[in-house]
Amino acid sequence: MSPRRTPSGGRIDRLRTIRFTFDGTAYTGHQGDTLASALLANGVSLFGRSFKYHRPRGVLTSGVDEPNALVTVLRGEVREPNIPATMVEIHDGLTAVSQNRFPSLAYDVSAINQLGGKFISAGFYYKTFMGPVIGPLKGTRFWMLCEKIIRRAAGLGRAGHAADPSRYERMNAFCDVLVVGSGPAGLAAAHEAAQSGAQVILTELDPCFGGSANWSGETIDGEPAATWASDVVGELKTHDNVRLLKRTTVWGYYDGNTLAAVERVSDHKDTPAKGAPRHRHWTIRAKNVVLATGAFERSLVFPGNDRPGVMMASAAMRYANEYGVLAGEKIAVLANNDSAYRAAAALAKAGARIVAIADLRSDVSAACRTLASEAGAELLTGHAVIGTEGGKKLSGVKLAPFSATSGVSKGNARDIGADCLIVSGGWSPTIHLASQAGARPVWSDDLQAFLPPETGKGWIGAGAFNGTFSTAEVISEGFSAGRKAAGQPALETATLPDVEPASLDPNPAPVFEIRAKGKAFVDLQHDVTADDVRLAHLEGFVSVEHLKRYTTLGMATDQGKGSNVPGLAIMAEALGKPIPEVGTTRFRPPYAPVSVGALAAERFGDLKPDRLTPMHDWHLENSATMYSAGLWFRPMIYGGPGETIEQAYVREAAATRETAGIVDVSTLGKIAVQGPDAAEFLDRVYSNVFSTLPVGKARYGLMLREDGLVFDDGTTWRLGEHDFLMTTTTANAGKVMQHLEYFLDVVWPDLKVHLTSVTDQWAGAAIGGPKARDILASCVTGTRVDNEALPFMGIVHGEISGAPVMICRLSFSGEMAFEVYSGAGHGTHVWEALIEAGKPFGMVPYGLEALGTMRIEKGHVTGAEIDGRTSARDLHLGWMLSKKKPFIGSAMMDREGLAASGRLELVGLIALDNRPLSGGAHIVEEVDAANPHGSLGHITAACFSPALGKYIALALVSGGKARHGKRAHISDPLRNRFGPVEIVSHHFFDPEGKRMHG
Amino acid sequence: MLITCPYCGPRDVSEFAYQGDGNRTRPDPASTDAEAWSAYVYDRLNPAGIHNEIWQHAGGCRAHLAVVRDTLTHEIKSVRFAREHGAPPHGRRTSGAKA
Repeated sequence: MSPRRTPSGGRIDRLRTIRFTFDGTAYTGHQGDTLASALLANGVSLFGRSFKYHRPRGVLTSGVDEPNALVTVLRGEVREPNIPATMVEIHDGLTAVSQNRFPSLAYDVSAINQLGGKFISAGFYYKTFMGPVIGPLKGTRFWMLCEKIIRRAAGLGRAGHAADPSRYERMNAFCDVLVVGSGPAGLAAAHEAAQSGAQVILTELDPCFGGSANWSGETIDGEPAATWASDVVGELKTHDNVRLLKRTTVWGYYDGNTLAAVERVSDHKDTPAKGAPRHRHWTIRAKNVVLATGAFERSLVFPGNDRPGVMMASAAMRYANEYGVLAGEKIAVLANNDSAYRAAAALAKAGARIVAIADLRSDVSAACRTLASEAGAELLTGHAVIGTEGGKKLSGVKLAPFSATSGVSKGNARDIGADCLIVSGGWSPTIHLASQAGARPVWSDDLQAFLPPETGKGWIGAGAFNGTFSTAEVISEGFSAGRKAAGQPALETATLPDVEPASLDPNPAPVFEIRAKGKAFVDLQHDVTADDVRLAHLEGFVSVEHLKRYTTLGMATDQGKGSNVPGLAIMAEALGKPIPEVGTTRFRPPYAPVSVGALAAERFGDLKPDRLTPMHDWHLENSATMYSAGLWFRPMIYGGPGETIEQAYVREAAATRETAGIVDVSTLGKIAVQGPDAAEFLDRVYSNVFSTLPVGKARYGLMLREDGLVFDDGTTWRLGEHDFLMTTTTANAGKVMQHLEYFLDVVWPDLKVHLTSVTDQWAGAAIGGPKARDILASCVTGTRVDNEALPFMGIVHGEISGAPVMICRLSFSGEMAFEVYSGAGHGTHVWEALIEAGKPFGMVPYGLEALGTMRIEKGHVTGAEIDGRTSARDLHLGWMLSKKKPFIGSAMMDREGLAASGRLELVGLIALDNRPLSGGAHIVEEVDAANPHGSLGHITAACFSPALGKYIALALVSGGKARHGKRAHISDPLRNRFGPVEIVSHHFFDPEGKRMHG
Repeated sequence: MLITCPYCGPRDVSEFAYQGDGNRTRPDPASTDAEAWSAYVYDRLNPAGIHNEIWQHAGGCRAHLAVVRDTLTHEIKSVRFAREHGAPPHGRRTSGAKA
């Protein structure tokens, strides 16, 4: 066993040896070790190189606040950079490498940066690269030249290029009480909440519940604290209403008490358990939250405070007590408060030699003196560390007398040999989640830290989070927070647990910095020094938000967990203002880095359904090639063997105009508009009049938007005095419904109208062509379908093969055509009966391509022309704008811009070179392929017209009608298609409508 | 964000569709006041703080709701049926001023 490993104690399993590698060297550790504790046990002091100056760095903390010891974990080809070694649990086969060093950690060529440190102080990038161009070495071009080199030299770990094969999953959870943090406060809160029967979730970011109980060395009610904690956890496990989540970081606190957490399920294993994800993301909705997130010990700012071997006092104590690892053999202590004394005593007990305790305060309590002598340490009150010695590892510290009131050191310095310096500069409660939830922190002069406000909305604080550091009081606060969060009345008399030894005073002397010669770091991860902060002040930065951005203080992956308060304190001193007046920045999510995999975790069951018409299977069985149209699937063509798409739709369209064709129109939006005011309502929402429509007739209607542009079109059928069936385009069905509902609910609540979406209730088949009426007549019973019984736009009810149907004579294809509606359940039955009836006549089924071709031939508009920019007049639908009544859009449709000349208007185009046209191509007067310009408009839809035997298109062209009969060119540089066209009326085929009127 | 639909109870915001600034008043349909129509169609309040909004419970009962929401905190101050309370409960804007 390594000399740094204590023979007993802690929660590691010394019987289980684990092998791993760091920077290619094989090491061993024990079950329960973190990468940091295992490497420390192996005597490793150098963990990485710093961000800017490439200074050697060790491990400063034992947790999520670690700024220095960032490593890249390799899993096969997959690299995960910037993971604190303090958060990596070792397992057999773990491979980790250090970061930001070249060629190796020990011999780093960029370390020369620290000699030229003056040149890369605060604002280096702004000053060097954002300034005006003076000579060749300034400005953006210079930046582009230097960027690659700088990006390589400055920075953190490198992301890999290999795809991550891991699984990630997501969970949603609801609870009455979410307890964040499982230290004594969190355990107490969870215990009380669980007792009350509330649904409780307890989260802990570490692999082991208990927090400080695992290393405080205290006894609670006579038991070791760690035992007390595991007893409480054991009891919580027996409750069905409690969910315990370890290795789970709550990283975001959002409105409505919605919290985000990530659970690291498999990172600590060589291979995940079968089916287990790597990370699991949790979205937790909690009625109440107990924030028991503890506090971070912060360092002091003094020259050389970043030397490997400098460590937080509580971290050193935790390594000794929880992991059985000594951070050093000869340990010096620097403190401005009492808490480091307990660490010193614990380390001495674990076998280290405490060489000296330098306390910034001129006098210390009797309790501290006792602990100092227990530790066998020389106690130097009124002393400070003014420098550290050593290269890649601490070899000694320089102590000098120091006045906490003046903040200066005076007198003779003294060198003391030490391989570890433990520091306590006070405690900062972990208020991040409360801050995210909107709480404004309150400055405490006693604790020299920001505390959460006493109460929050939706959350209750407990323990060190509140600035409470006596374990007995912490537990008591936890109990009452747990009761309160679960809606239980407070206990009348709170009994404090019996905690030994008695707590020490955590209030520090108000000193953050020891000024002496040398680089003194505030933010170790981003290499921001105290001088950088002062320089920012000298350069005129007064706002803490600006300070942060200019110096990048607190902007690294640790988000300034340890550096925010010292940075503010130095800024406040420079400004001559008290710290609370300088203020603090608001913490934002995430509290700690979150894997992108967890955020993008797989979802099962897409919420968007596939919408299939009742006849879907028939289409598939009859060689249809399907399109997806929004959520719907619709036949594109019914292709024959060896047929191209063009051949198929040309055949289908030609056959329809020759004899008859049938198309599935079930996808059209259908809305039942019912009630005594239904006709009045339709008059308001359509541009044309519907109240005059007789029962048993249909009418084509146009809707405008409030701004006067065209919204949608379709036919509406009057089935009864108060009963209309509105149809909409397939694409706009949902939007039209929402539009109508809005007006009924918000604008005209007085109208007695009810809307029901019946799109899925009706199956629709449109049958058109010269033989369509004969086909219908041969299969419809219960009604006549001749011109007298069923005139254009008339509606009849009858039966087809025993199924009730509703037939409306209307035409999209321009042929004599009928829409046959039946209940969706009868859809296929009626469709098959129609197909059967059509056989003797040579009727064909046709798809969307043929439908589109026939509508282009007829010049009917669809979504390609109703593109949110066209007015009714642009589409030659001005005749549908009633002058007799106001309607939605009527007030805005005549605005200057919408009535101006030169607007794009609907026209037809015929390709004069007999080659295909494409949607999106521009129309120009003269082709200039090298320099395309002078667009008059664009093609909206194009096809080969079997009726005309030509390639034709609809287009929106400036001038419109005035250009009929004129030649122009299409200019489509993207597809390299140029050529002459003739501009014609959009009514290509049968402009008088003789065919559909029969 | 949770919106408590008076019919359906508290539901996640993903069930709702935002239907715009609830402070707008539609001019009389026959009005030819271009200013008033322009204000209604184009002007929107975008306050940092309390805001009257119209939401539709599109994934539920489909009722339109007059919601008073704090845009800074997402706190929902009140939810009522727009049908019954078309007038915004939190003071109505009288002109088309871009506040």
